[in-house]
Amino acid sequence: MKTDRSRRAKLALYGLLCLLAVPFVFPTWWMVTSSLKPANEIFAFPPSLFPSDPSLAAYGRVFEFAPFAQQYFNSMYIAAVVTVGTLAVSSLAGYAFARIRFPGHNALFLVILVGLLIPSEVTIVPLFQMFNAWGLIDTHWPLLLVPIFGAPSVLATLIMRQFFIALPVEIEEAGRMDGLGRFALYARIALPLSRPALGAVAIFSFLHSWNLYLEPVVFLSTPEKFTLPQALTQFVDAYGGPMWDVQLSAATMSALPVLIVFVVAQRQFVEGLAHTGIKG
Amino acid sequence: MSRADVDTAASGRRTRRPDGPRPRRGWTARRREVAAGYLFVAPQLLGTVLFVLVPLALVFWYSFHEWNVLVGSFEFTGAANYERLASDPALPGVLGATATFSVGLVVLNLSLALALAVLLNQKLRGTIVFRTLFFSPVAVTLVAWTIVWRFLLQDDGGVNGLLTALGTEGPNWLRRETTAMIAVIVVQVLKNVGLNMVLFLAALQGVPQELYEASMLDGAGRWTRFRRVTVPMISPTILLTSIITVVGSLQVFAQIDVLTSGGPGTSTTVLVYYLYQNAFQFHDFGYGATLSVLLFAIVLVLTVVQWQMRRKWVVHED
Repeated sequence: MKTDRSRRAKLALYGLLCLLAVPFVFPTWWMVTSSLKPANEIFAFPPSLFPSDPSLAAYGRVFEFAPFAQQYFNSMYIAAVVTVGTLAVSSLAGYAFARIRFPGHNALFLVILVGLLIPSEVTIVPLFQMFNAWGLIDTHWPLLLVPIFGAPSVLATLIMRQFFIALPVEIEEAGRMDGLGRFALYARIALPLSRPALGAVAIFSFLHSWNLYLEPVVFLSTPEKFTLPQALTQFVDAYGGPMWDVQLSAATMSALPVLIVFVVAQRQFVEGLAHTGIKG
Repeated sequence: MSRADVDTAASGRRTRRPDGPRPRRGWTARRREVAAGYLFVAPQLLGTVLFVLVPLALVFWYSFHEWNVLVGSFEFTGAANYERLASDPALPGVLGATATFSVGLVVLNLSLALALAVLLNQKLRGTIVFRTLFFSPVAVTLVAWTIVWRFLLQDDGGVNGLLTALGTEGPNWLRRETTAMIAVIVVQVLKNVGLNMVLFLAALQGVPQELYEASMLDGAGRWTRFRRVTVPMISPTILLTSIITVVGSLQVFAQIDVLTSGGPGTSTTVLVYYLYQNAFQFHDFGYGATLSVLLFAIVLVLTVVQWQMRRKWVVHED
């Protein structure tokens, strides 16, 4: 009797979870499968879960309508540089704030923390003016510099600092006895041990850069320089209506690599973020 | 903070100890240590000053100017922009939309995240699969996710098709004021709720099992246990996620640009979008800067208020 009831409760729970999962999973599934459908089948109802006659035709047209390969490369290299830059800047600063005592370290830490309260949306007008004065409008520099030094990297510094504080000082003792300087202690001992925190910082700075939208819209005007989020919105016909099949193919191409990395490495992905989250 | 001080104080002592007999070497070692500290924080510090704090100061400075980029005018006008702000007929609507959007987003996001985390925190096979599914939109390119939903929410899109199949008729979601706002909120929540869910899940798994056992001995029911044990124990995480989510809700731009462009009418024109329109579509940098000041003030006040509230309802903090 009791096991019967608990089994029924279990079934109900599975049912509830499946139902809840639909709006999370269906859009992605629909995006990928519809990109393989001919345009008229995209609008079919009930929506076909699998394309009746899969074709990559729309994918070819993505590259006809826009310099999509170039735009893809732009997004990739910008996200890579932002990730590496954020890791370097935030781990150095996080390490110093956790480990090294120097006059004014508390005050300087507060100065940097203020950066958390100032999203780039607030400063976009002067940022535009500054980059304009430096002749860097319609270049990738703003998309690199603002994330590497702005609010996202301040958050990264905070995460790294929390991690290094939790790391026992004794671990560095042997290196210190060998006469290693601060940079060697950081690079050879602390950094290799901080992989989980570095992983989490890498994931969210990559995603932040990959999804960046306001900055490209404000700073870029040449299609060859666009990044993917902005490029995706440009697939419209002569009347301004979206070309759905082409747009969905481009959207799929933009989403699939990250999604695959996520599914393969989902444990590190999810747990890495959760881990640093509670500590931050 | 206090733990950091203890740590660094301890390491500072250790640096000096081996060099004790020769004070001069000890002094240089200390000096080298200090230099390392400044060098390590220099990139972050200079970057934050140049790309965050200087622009913030400039926002205030610009807000006292009449500055139209097209016309090329730049003139000190004192508080004129603020007077305009106070009498801007569009502003009440914009602030109303911002409040509706942020409150809706924060409430829906946090309660759904907590509900999903509690559901997934059961001893049940396959919870990792569901966790992956709920989290997966986080890994989908934001604009791609939004484009797909714009399609699904069309009058003849998938959502209404589903509703027709269920026997009711859905509205043209993105073309009606109330439903457009609901759509923008829900699409955004679905995209990012996985992040908060994962944070809550980690916090739930950190609640000591003994506490539940003790409260069960006291005869507490499920709901009481949730309210009296779970919520207090994970309150630091609730505070953290709510601060992140509140600030994040005020930054939402791409989704609104792609889904509704602030419409229909101005019903989904939130403050960031209004700022963008004024500065970069109407080229009115002076008023754009004034709206930036307003946005900053709102972020600041909300963060400080939440931080103050932690004393009242965050139970334990380390």
